[in-house]
Amino acid sequence: MEQKERKQEWRFAIANREALIGCGLALFNFVWWFGFAYGLGSKPPEEYTYVMGFPAWIFYSLILGTLVMFVLVALVVKFFLKDISLVDEEETEKDEVTKG
Amino acid sequence: MNWTVVTPLLIFLITIFIIGMWSSRKMSEAEGFLNDYFLGSREFGGLLLAMTMVATYGSASSFLGGPGAAYTIGFGWVLLAMSQLATGYFVLLILGKKFAIVARRYNAVTLIDFLKERYQSKAVVLLAAFSIIVFLFSAMAAQWVGGAYLIQSLTGISYIGSLFIFTVSVLVYVTIGGFRAVVVTDAVQGIIMVVGTLFLLAAVIIAGGGLSNIFADLTAINPNLITPFGHDGSLTAAYVSSYWILVGVGVVALPQIAVRAMSYRDSKAMHRAIIIGTVVVGTLMLGMHLIGVFARPVLPGVEVADQVIPLIALEVLPPWLAGIILSAPLAAIMSTVDSLLLLVSSSVVKDVYINYMKPKATDRQIKNVSMGVTAVIGIVAFVLAISPPELLIYLNLFAFGGLESAFMWPLIMGLYWKYANKTGAIASMITGIGSYIAIHYYNQAYGDLFGVHTVTVPVFLSLIVFVVFSLIFKEKAYEFPTQNMNKGA
Repeated sequence: MEQKERKQEWRFAIANREALIGCGLALFNFVWWFGFAYGLGSKPPEEYTYVMGFPAWIFYSLILGTLVMFVLVALVVKFFLKDISLVDEEETEKDEVTKG
Repeated sequence: MNWTVVTPLLIFLITIFIIGMWSSRKMSEAEGFLNDYFLGSREFGGLLLAMTMVATYGSASSFLGGPGAAYTIGFGWVLLAMSQLATGYFVLLILGKKFAIVARRYNAVTLIDFLKERYQSKAVVLLAAFSIIVFLFSAMAAQWVGGAYLIQSLTGISYIGSLFIFTVSVLVYVTIGGFRAVVVTDAVQGIIMVVGTLFLLAAVIIAGGGLSNIFADLTAINPNLITPFGHDGSLTAAYVSSYWILVGVGVVALPQIAVRAMSYRDSKAMHRAIIIGTVVVGTLMLGMHLIGVFARPVLPGVEVADQVIPLIALEVLPPWLAGIILSAPLAAIMSTVDSLLLLVSSSVVKDVYINYMKPKATDRQIKNVSMGVTAVIGIVAFVLAISPPELLIYLNLFAFGGLESAFMWPLIMGLYWKYANKTGAIASMITGIGSYIAIHYYNQAYGDLFGVHTVTVPVFLSLIVFVVFSLIFKEKAYEFPTQNMNKGA
């Protein structure tokens, strides 16, 4: 029993860590989005510089920001998330609500 | 009626029905009607999981209301819309594996099942069921209206007639197929949405004479359109940022999304879904909202915001292709509606009927009641949608905010804080819903409190109340059961 509890805590610890990674990603996403949008977009439109046909703030915040998140999410999933079993060891068969 | 446009739509609807039938046959082979009808037996892989989450979330607002707002307001609204990118990875990472493990031990099929086991309180269950029924009805009525508008603008049939067609289509395939049908068709619809968005974006840019031409035209119409501050300069950074709560991280607490976060097969499926979901939601949101702004110089003078997308598609594409592509918003609306419908009926059937009315109901009785309740709820939504409110997006966002205020902390704290208890949960739900409704009316009358969206204050208030009440009426630290409850007993 004690051994089993330790094992479950280990799975929960991974889940907790991944939830924190999620918060980190969202924070990074927000800072990038906010920084470029209001950093470059707050001057009058006639002073805007253009990157690949888009005003710079739109390009960096919206277009590039979205692409950066795609890559970052893929890297995080590949290198930081762990494969764990979602069912408890003894129960390899499907669990069902209507049982019993 | 324009048959070149309508034919691809009809083919789309028929395909959806066939999938519904197929899923329904597959369901009768599976054991345990309840688990399969409402949850698809927890066996969805990465692609299906990602697509069903995106398709459930992406609704009439993403495809009609949102781009329509971008048309009027300009890039400020595109910026706001991109706060939704977070939904692609945040929900699955936050609820993550812990929710999936615990839901399996609890035998939880809905969000309410989880809350019921975690807090062991009838009041929590009833408050939760109440919020779901009230707020999801708002959300559903908005989708019903959007679907009917869309069919109306394509076929020229009257609004009521379109609404009727829409209701019948949705009801038929939800009642026969259940969750599995919904998820499988969500995946098909999600793929249509992505492809349709990319096609339409390219066509609009070409019709506008290329990017530099479009930006020159937008500046000529109103230079504010290409700033982050909206056409009249009224979008503040604080207001736009508060959408990160409403449509970004807060989405974690939407019951229709949370239920999907427990339906996947294994952690590999979840990992793939995070990547696919982020890419799909990013592509759809960026693409659709860019289309909305770019449509401004191509097709000036559209009066009803919700009609921007259908009209621009008919303008820049050959009719048959417009028909195929406009099945994307229809797909989005249907996939949202069917999930909501299923969720409301599961609250009624599981949380009320089985819990309190007939605990020993047979599989057959449950099946009949489930289908009956689903049908009745669909018909009530039809009646509510007969005289529709003006802008879909606000009704839908009202529901979003209400659900988030109610469920955010009971769900997250219940998972991650061992001192979370029922007193905290009840106080937090009441505070969340109460302050949300109060501030909603305050903001309508006097302008936005602190210059942020209505949902912001209730989310923080309900967190404080949750922690304070959990600590005042402190119970001993909660331990999750160490194995499946039926077997543990």
